Amino acid sequence: MGGWAIAVHGGAGVDPNLPLQRQEDAKMLLTRCLDLGIHALRSNCSAIDVVELVVRELETDPLFNSGRGSALTEEGTVEMEASIMDGPKRRCGAVSGLTTVKNPISLARLVMDKSPHSYLAFSGAEKFAREQGVELECNDYFVTEENVGMLELAREANSIWLDYRVPNEKCSASVETPLQMNGLPISVYAPETVGCVVVDSEGRCAAATSTGGLMNKKIGRIGDSPLIGSGTYACGVCGVSCTGEGEAIIRGTLAREVAAVMEYKGLGLQEAVNYVIEERLDEGKAGLIAVSSNGEVVCGFNTTGMFRGCATEDGFMEVGIWK
Amino acid sequence: MGWAIALHGGAGDIPLSLSLDRRQPREETLRRCLHIGVQALKEQKPPLDVVELVVRELENCPHFNAGRGSVLTTNGTVEMEASIMDGKKRCGAVSGLTTVVNAISLARLVMEKTPHIYLAFDGAEAFAREQGVETTDPSYFITPQNIERLKQAKEANSVQIDYTQPSPQATVQETGIGNGDSQIGTVGCVAVDNHGNLAAATSTGGLVNKMVGRIGDTPLIGAGTYANHLCAVSATGKGEAIIRGTVARDVAALMEFKDLSLEAAAACAVESVPKGNVGLIAVSASGEVAMPFNTTGMFRACATEDGYSEIAIWPSNMTE
Repeated sequence: MGGWAIAVHGGAGVDPNLPLQRQEDAKMLLTRCLDLGIHALRSNCSAIDVVELVVRELETDPLFNSGRGSALTEEGTVEMEASIMDGPKRRCGAVSGLTTVKNPISLARLVMDKSPHSYLAFSGAEKFAREQGVELECNDYFVTEENVGMLELAREANSIWLDYRVPNEKCSASVETPLQMNGLPISVYAPETVGCVVVDSEGRCAAATSTGGLMNKKIGRIGDSPLIGSGTYACGVCGVSCTGEGEAIIRGTLAREVAAVMEYKGLGLQEAVNYVIEERLDEGKAGLIAVSSNGEVVCGFNTTGMFRGCATEDGFMEVGIWK
Repeated sequence: MGWAIALHGGAGDIPLSLSLDRRQPREETLRRCLHIGVQALKEQKPPLDVVELVVRELENCPHFNAGRGSVLTTNGTVEMEASIMDGKKRCGAVSGLTTVVNAISLARLVMEKTPHIYLAFDGAEAFAREQGVETTDPSYFITPQNIERLKQAKEANSVQIDYTQPSPQATVQETGIGNGDSQIGTVGCVAVDNHGNLAAATSTGGLVNKMVGRIGDTPLIGAGTYANHLCAVSATGKGEAIIRGTVARDVAALMEFKDLSLEAAAACAVESVPKGNVGLIAVSASGEVAMPFNTTGMFRACATEDGYSEIAIWPSNMTE
């Protein structure tokens, strides 16, 4: 038993009509990030360093909804959030409401390592970022043209969803795809939160999650990604990163739930993930990636798809989107 | 079966020598709030309404660290936070409030009037104004005692909060300063009615001398507050330790996955956190109450339908 294992995700709840080119781009990015993580693990980097490294890469690439490429608030701004947790001592750090920090996951790591607190948000987090000298960018860096278009669609979809007006041609997507998440047509929803979980060859687990949040979200909305126990959790037995409908994940304290059923019910990782996805989401839609301290890796989701990839020391590697 | 209610005003290093003038007003507030909660339950009010009502009263009391009486950030400002949850796992949370008189009621509005669960800082303040909840000048929340506490914390603590000099201990510490009861006073309430409906609520001003923007365990579902069909829990103590232990969720998880009783689950959840860090109050769907802590004391009170009632600070109980 044992050996390292790694999993990455780029969000659960994929539009079944997602253009093939975008699917290919997503798989290439996931593969690149896996390779980066695998290389670091082979160089004996610790799990906590590897999850940070991989999530930085996912944040820096504009494809997914974190860092550059983050979803936009109702006011067209970005408010990014992230959390990280180290299994051995359950140390953790989290940030919310970031507007200028290039890599939120690294600021979450600094909150964990360099502050007396475990969670900093909004102007206080930005101030801490400047004190720590992390790389900053202006708003335009984070906002992609594609997301500006998506925000428009989300605004219309939300107003239509709320007043039951007949959808117009501009959001025909909602007619073609009745599939919805968080009240948005799946084509606009763009969950694409990113995360990484790792167990290193010494059996240490770590987890990291980063997101721009929900398209057209209210200013100040906090989702599951920065919440320890909801979006992210790691302990002596496993590391977990969740994605999907934030409110359902928070209600289910989903990441902690995987660890709790392993710890208190004696379930294995696969059973624990199945149980949590099938029994603990109620009507909610979400997915998660998880590793156990003995080197297993599992991806689980109840959505149409989840951008994901995983690899283990014995040579197994997989990158996928659909079930 | 039967209704039950418990409330707390914070756990921590409460010196046994606590002077009467500090002890009495708090005990009186606990007694008054317990009475309010018991009356509401007797009038068949839903537990969600009861915990909100009781926590509002505790927030309005300047002797506890929530609402009026909140402790101050390193900048001398207040940043209040709160969360609320019921047995159907509906929940709401707020952080970074500076003008809202009753943070717990805004958390409830987030739960009921938005598609989200958690709003913070400017966005939460804007939502408060949209909803027309009572707001006030920030000076309302600041008591002379808390200005003094901040001053003492800054003098006593300049090294510990100096995060630019990491030390092996630096990450584990949200430790209190050595002046007795100054760090504590987060408030919370849990209640169950005689139909087994459950609710929990927690509210705080946070930590003396905290960094601006710091979020603790109180607004975090699963850490400071949790409720499901089995139990309702409100935790208090050192935020960092409670967050990493997901303490409130752990009580419910131990009942659900290990079939422990409320009392055993609550005791186990508290024991799994390093000594001196945590206290909690919990009620089960069948009307049991538990109030364990591993600190010197916890301001607490409880009552059940069968007539049991307790108001206490230290382990040796003062039963009424």
